[in-house]
Amino acid sequence: MTLRAGVVVFPGSNCEHDVVSALGSLGAEARLVWHKEGDLSGLDLVVLPGGFAHGDYLRPGAIARFSPVVGELAAFVGRGGAVLGICNGFQVLTEAGLLPGALQKNIGLRFVCRDVELRVESTSNILTSALEEGERVRIPVNHFEGCYTADADDLRRLEGEGRVVLRYLDNPNGSANDIAGISDATGRIVGLMPHPERAMSKLVGGGDGRRLLSSLLGALAAA
Amino acid sequence: MLLHRALGLTDEEAEDISRILSRQPNELELAMYGVMWSEHCSYKSSRIHLRRLPTEGDHVMVGPGENAGVIDAGDGVAVALRIESHNHPSAIEPYQGAATGVGGIIRDIFTMGARPIALMDPLRLGPLDDARSRWLFDGIVRGIGGYGNAVGVPTLGGEVVFDRCYARNPLVNVMCVGLLPHSRLVLAKASGSGNLAVLLGSSTGRDGIGGVSVLASAEFGEEEEGSSKRPSVQVADPYEEKRLIEACLELLERGLVVGIQDLGGAGLTCAASETAARGGMGMDVYVSEVPLREGGMVPAEVMTSESQERMLAIVSPDSLDQVLAIASNWEVRAAVVGVVTEPEDGVGRFRVLDRPGGSVLADVPAASLSDDAPLYDRERRAPKDLAQALADDPGPLAESRSVAADLLAMLADSSWVWQQYDHQLFANTVVGPGSDAAVVRLAAPGVPSSGRTGLAISTDGTGRWCALEPKVGAAMGVAEAALNVACTGGRPAALVNCLNFGNPEHPEVMWQLSEAIDGLAMACRALSLPVVGGNVSLYNASEGADIDPTPVVGVVGLIEELASPPPGAVLAEGCAIILVGADSESSLGASRWAVEVCGHRGGRLPGLDLDAHARVVEFVTGLVAAEVSAEEGAAAGIVSGIHDLSDGGLALCVAEMAARSGVGAVLDVPVSHGYLFNEAPSRVLICTSDPDAVLGAAGAAGVVARVIGQAGGSELRLGTGQDGVAIPIGDLAGSWSAALGQRMASFSAPEPQG
Repeated sequence: MTLRAGVVVFPGSNCEHDVVSALGSLGAEARLVWHKEGDLSGLDLVVLPGGFAHGDYLRPGAIARFSPVVGELAAFVGRGGAVLGICNGFQVLTEAGLLPGALQKNIGLRFVCRDVELRVESTSNILTSALEEGERVRIPVNHFEGCYTADADDLRRLEGEGRVVLRYLDNPNGSANDIAGISDATGRIVGLMPHPERAMSKLVGGGDGRRLLSSLLGALAAA
Repeated sequence: MLLHRALGLTDEEAEDISRILSRQPNELELAMYGVMWSEHCSYKSSRIHLRRLPTEGDHVMVGPGENAGVIDAGDGVAVALRIESHNHPSAIEPYQGAATGVGGIIRDIFTMGARPIALMDPLRLGPLDDARSRWLFDGIVRGIGGYGNAVGVPTLGGEVVFDRCYARNPLVNVMCVGLLPHSRLVLAKASGSGNLAVLLGSSTGRDGIGGVSVLASAEFGEEEEGSSKRPSVQVADPYEEKRLIEACLELLERGLVVGIQDLGGAGLTCAASETAARGGMGMDVYVSEVPLREGGMVPAEVMTSESQERMLAIVSPDSLDQVLAIASNWEVRAAVVGVVTEPEDGVGRFRVLDRPGGSVLADVPAASLSDDAPLYDRERRAPKDLAQALADDPGPLAESRSVAADLLAMLADSSWVWQQYDHQLFANTVVGPGSDAAVVRLAAPGVPSSGRTGLAISTDGTGRWCALEPKVGAAMGVAEAALNVACTGGRPAALVNCLNFGNPEHPEVMWQLSEAIDGLAMACRALSLPVVGGNVSLYNASEGADIDPTPVVGVVGLIEELASPPPGAVLAEGCAIILVGADSESSLGASRWAVEVCGHRGGRLPGLDLDAHARVVEFVTGLVAAEVSAEEGAAAGIVSGIHDLSDGGLALCVAEMAARSGVGAVLDVPVSHGYLFNEAPSRVLICTSDPDAVLGAAGAAGVVARVIGQAGGSELRLGTGQDGVAIPIGDLAGSWSAALGQRMASFSAPEPQG
């Protein structure tokens, strides 16, 4: 069965085409979903891609959380759907309360675009189930607001419940506990700052992003 | 002061206007001529010389004169390219100045129907030991990143050069490249009487009024470096532009516009009059219909405002509803502000009315605003002290100096800059910033792609060379850009230029400009590179001194078969190192070593043989093209690293390769400054596992080449005799990576006073 993915476009999104082509290259049927759409039926996966939804006005994700499509996500996951937020998408998921914590300005107060080394911390989620715990992957980051922050209780819960998905080995932004990606309690919502769709081949970005997204599609196909 | 003078027009120019109109112009008309006849918009001092540049080529689809040049890339796909400067605004307000420069050039590209896919940002600044230079550098880099990252166009490169001549007048050039299917190519032309002029994007405010005339076409006085001209700098909104890009590309894709033009310098006056003039038509514009940002704006302000993120589309009345619906979907403001009119007695009239059917506030021949602009053949004269400067050879300064220390002083990794730029969007970046040339797959959303072709882009231009010998120096800049492209396997295909010069009223500056244009023309002819667009930025001077003449060129090249990344500027353990090109001592005049390390600006440039250079470009292109066309996992190629010799000569070239790869080398070369640091052109270093094959191919191509050493080990050793110099790789890597970051670490945010 072909997996169906919807990649949400807010005004100001800019990684939507890259995600569509990355998922397409792995055999999924991916289409763009305008942020005002409220009907997610027929989709197995919704991706909130990187970019600057609504210009990041106020703060990243603060306006996007009110878009109709974001309001549908909780019910979509309740019906068995999966949600992946990449970069700006991760920021939207925290603003919408679908993932705990917040993403603040990088500790160096500069935009950072470069490859980072990551360690797979947990495999009990939709993104990393085909990888090994402790495995290392190399994926680019590209953000100004990527410093993951949460209160002590949330951090304890994330760590205790195995919901820290990826951790930086060379923290580029000051994130608490070197956190690069987390999941919700069900493991069906994952948010991460690195961009797997930018590392899909040896020619462009290396192949580790392809491994993550293949793992994601494999997990959804098995479900 | 008389009004025309306050608007930047001379007495003679004011008389010309009266002659054209057969009457005295009113204030609004004078304001429109003032911006359109500014140096920035009319090229009145440079046009006469620019005609000497070669612009023709079989693959050229659109040459200079439109918003961007366009070349055919095969398979129904075309490449649009353009370069511009935003020097003066950036000197006053670095963040907004640089950001609006990025926004402007992107609009020039999508105006042609192209999806912008790459930005290059060549920067020239004063040395970073000066607090103001650090403030400018920080703001400019933040502005470029802040705009480019958010608008969704990756920044793939652009060099940074520090020289004290730019301390109060930084150069901020920006090049944009876009892709389009042939079918989407649209020109900025109004046709069809009764068609509507629709203004898309931002509302119009008082920002940037007189930007082209007050700011870009005059020198800064002492008191103006601070803030008094700041109101003439525009303010950037990348989010508005992002929506504008998507809306306009959708309009063009659906064929809903007959012509489209961005609003840049001289605002609505320029966009409306030029589209009308190009189509041989007239246009009526209604001031009351222009959405305004603030109350109380007079018509002259509305017509000359340079508020950013605006486009003017010419639309047939039948398509208007669809156009408005698409704009509304992208949350882009759209308003019908005018109508295309029939020419009267063969002359298209550009009229400004207060409202539809209202009174006429201005009425001029549309073409007169651009075509009748004055054309000056300003006085040219070589500098009086030229012979003396050329005779002032820096060679003797080398005696007391250490090769190792001088080399380490020049090593600088630019990643502090480009890690602040998104250089990976669209997932096509094969080689990002910091290399000889950037390389992307020739692909973009909405553009059909074979997935096999690549595009290489390089910008270059060396002011210190041109200060001494503008003709040879400019030609060497073209030569270097072409060779950079060749080092990635690209075949140089087209060139755009950004001519940054001083005050054209100084005969020495006009001599430099004329000579430099001759040098560009000569090199472009020899390398079969058509010039498809350009920009001239004059009056770059402050504290009474003109900047070094700095012609910056951007060259694009096509890589026919891009299956694996080019080898890059690295060394590989155990490989032989081959020097292609002149293997001898040469003049150090105007070299980076002489100017930056010793503060010496005299001497002669090493010579340039363009025929020999063309052979080197051809040879290198062929060699690397064979490498990159090999599929992933295929038998390894023979070239493991390649880098052209430019700034800092052979020593800096091999040191960069060593620092980047962490692999040392031993070179059997003379240990003299004249050999190691000279910047003779047409040379590359190749690191290869099969030196015989490379030497054989070089011989067959008529190119001089010799094995000069071996890669490997943990130090860089220059010279094998008693006088040899050895530098541990750790020291190279340390100097390399710390250079910019450390100097900027001491940066403090507030604008320094004084």
